[in-house]
Amino acid sequence: MANEILAREPNYLEYQGKHKGIAGWLLTLDHKRIGLMYLMAIMVFFFVAMTLGVLMRLEMLTPGETIMKPQTYNSVFTLHGVIMVFLFIIPAIPAVFGNFFLPIQLGAKDVAFPRLNLFSWYLYILGAILAVASLFSGSGAADTGWTFYVPYSIRSAQNVTMTTMAAFVLGFSSIVTGLNFVVTIHRLRAPGMTWFRMPLFAWGLYATSWIQVLATPVIGITLALIMLERFLGIGVFDPALGGDPILYQHLFWIYSHPAVYIMILPAMGVVSEILPTFARKDIFGYKQIAISSLGIAFIGYLVWGHHMFVSGMSDASRIVFSLLTFLVAIPTGVKIFNWVATLYKASIKFSAPFYYVLAFIFIFSIGGLTGLVLGALATDIHVTDTYFVVAHFHYVMFGGMGIMFFATMHYWFPKMFGKMYSEKIAIIACTQIIIGFNMLYFPMFIMGYMGMPRRYYDYLPQFQGWHILSTVGSWILVTGIVFMFGNLLYALLKGPKAPDNPWGGTTLEWRIKGLPTLENFEEIPVVTGGPYVHDRPTYIMHPSKEIQHTNGDAKKAEKEGVSH
Amino acid sequence: MNPITELVDDSFIFIVGISVILLVGITAAMIYFVFRYSEKNNPKPDQSITGSTTLEILWTVIPLLLVLAMFFYGYAGFKEMRSIPPNAMVVKVTGKMWFWHFEYENKKTSDTLLYLPADKDVRFELQSVDVNHSFYVPAFRVKEDCIPGRTNYMWFHTSQVGTYDIECAEYCGLNHSYMLGKVIVLPESEYLAWVNKVDTVKKVDSVKTDSLKTVLPKTDSLKTTLTKTDTTKAPVNRKDTTRTVKKDSVMRKENK
Repeated sequence: MANEILAREPNYLEYQGKHKGIAGWLLTLDHKRIGLMYLMAIMVFFFVAMTLGVLMRLEMLTPGETIMKPQTYNSVFTLHGVIMVFLFIIPAIPAVFGNFFLPIQLGAKDVAFPRLNLFSWYLYILGAILAVASLFSGSGAADTGWTFYVPYSIRSAQNVTMTTMAAFVLGFSSIVTGLNFVVTIHRLRAPGMTWFRMPLFAWGLYATSWIQVLATPVIGITLALIMLERFLGIGVFDPALGGDPILYQHLFWIYSHPAVYIMILPAMGVVSEILPTFARKDIFGYKQIAISSLGIAFIGYLVWGHHMFVSGMSDASRIVFSLLTFLVAIPTGVKIFNWVATLYKASIKFSAPFYYVLAFIFIFSIGGLTGLVLGALATDIHVTDTYFVVAHFHYVMFGGMGIMFFATMHYWFPKMFGKMYSEKIAIIACTQIIIGFNMLYFPMFIMGYMGMPRRYYDYLPQFQGWHILSTVGSWILVTGIVFMFGNLLYALLKGPKAPDNPWGGTTLEWRIKGLPTLENFEEIPVVTGGPYVHDRPTYIMHPSKEIQHTNGDAKKAEKEGVSH
Repeated sequence: MNPITELVDDSFIFIVGISVILLVGITAAMIYFVFRYSEKNNPKPDQSITGSTTLEILWTVIPLLLVLAMFFYGYAGFKEMRSIPPNAMVVKVTGKMWFWHFEYENKKTSDTLLYLPADKDVRFELQSVDVNHSFYVPAFRVKEDCIPGRTNYMWFHTSQVGTYDIECAEYCGLNHSYMLGKVIVLPESEYLAWVNKVDTVKKVDSVKTDSLKTVLPKTDSLKTTLTKTDTTKAPVNRKDTTRTVKKDSVMRKENK
């Protein structure tokens, strides 16, 4: 045993391949390093977009001009949306943690196409550079909102073309990553890992990847048509040339509604990882949770019209889309009920990542349930395009995906960096985030029902009290987030060494000793059972040695498994 | 009370009521489990629990019935919103960056302020001459987009005399948040007196075609006050702008 440890290969951070230093990162084909490169880029954009969000809230503190002019405000909310959606929410969990942990959880050495994986990172960076460049070039940042609705986006004198180009390129990055994951999941599962022995994170990514592959091309085509329309006046969307603005809205939401599930399904996958680990028992309703991911992905394709209930679409379409929208609530509900049921008769180890998941379930439930108000026709017509919608999607996107991104960071941090953070500070920061979050976004539900439209630079005096509350909430939230990242950053630099399996996780990544090596496993493991079984080992880590003497097998595997 | 307002508020209360029950139920169960089954209170987890078909069916079927009820409520209100009483009076609403233009049945027009008689059904024909707008009257719980090149409609019942906010709810550029207005509901006699009074403001016919050619002006130069909705516009090179836009849909008058 001792010899084995001494002879260990260097971990993925120490590994010296063909290229050294910075080139060892920029030219790496290692899925873990690519995941970390995504993490760095994504964090930068998250903080940029968050800062834009804070500035918007500051502008909303008083009616009339507070800190910026309307043109600036319009560009700020557009960039906040574009950066958050395309550069943070869509890629964050799949590109960072999916890249890092999907192959490990499946018992593979890497993703199916490592070069394509690196290529998609470069596409991401290219798209990001275009998005940032559109700020400073041409006639100023786009001011269309992240939805780029025509005819405004065709007529705007701002630099809309470059921003749509950025979203176009980012779409390709997303497609390539999705394709890579689909093939990885189909082809690279370890021996014995049947579909229903896959971790639920892999199921979430599988559903997500199919949406990325099948839906993203639609937005690519649509954005390309906008660019053609701006340059050549082809007249597909522009009513002045006989085009149809409603057609644009259909095409936009055919992608962008499924995209909402690209954003949330990986987050749901991580919830299903964290809960059984800290409950220290198997997840409740594994199959239902796995299948509901596919159900959400499938029904999610058929509900885009609910973004257009007041657009002038035919009444019959509105009724059908409303009905379908309600159906998508069912698989989401099934997931939430199963998660809560997992805690029944558990033995809960209360730690920071678990606390973030509890925050997620509460906040995401509010987000999901307020979605019902928006799915019902009569109420949607009143509250659509108001702050109610803004509140709803921040509860779902930020409260759902964002909080789970934080949870994921805390959950896998020890395995990614081998360091441990202060759990106490993480929990305090999380409490502050919950308070700030609700204070920031809950008043928006009320304002929305009172009739405060979204994307308003200025507002009527009756809304000011709620706006003040919301802006103060934004300060609490942001300091909480900075506090949280500060804690992680400190741990990265000066934190104590993390144990191999600090939470008692049962999936393959926790069976690896120390940090993963370049090829993750010395030997491809053999899988003998489900991913969240706590009372017996379901992985054979060194099949060539262990399978020979089956008697010692159980004991040895137990040692390697959960320590409690 | 206005029938639509009532239906919208009722469905809202119904949906939010059920949602609150579900939210409280989920959260309470979660918090209870976290304490009851903590490591300390329940050192040995029950590994035999991995699912329950009965529960799965229950929490698929019950929510399904609940959401179908919600759908139906929403549909019932929507049906009312789309069933226009046959004798409703008609007002043409035209959205234009960044003000509202109203044309009444006798061709009288007004900007920003929409005058209506009390206790009447009013059908709105919604158009836009430039980009998308959305005609939103929160007090009446209705909105519908104004899309260039097509005519959308909506209606409401003006119940009581009063003044209600009009807002543009679909983002339309620089002064989107100043594209406001008021519905002024008058007693019928006062309304008739107003609507039959000949306009003192001169109508400029030549504006008709000019105003159809719109483009985003160099936006930074625009002023941003509610009363001065800006009229700056430059003709655009776009060919044949008028093809799909109704000729007589807009008549620009200066706001005073």
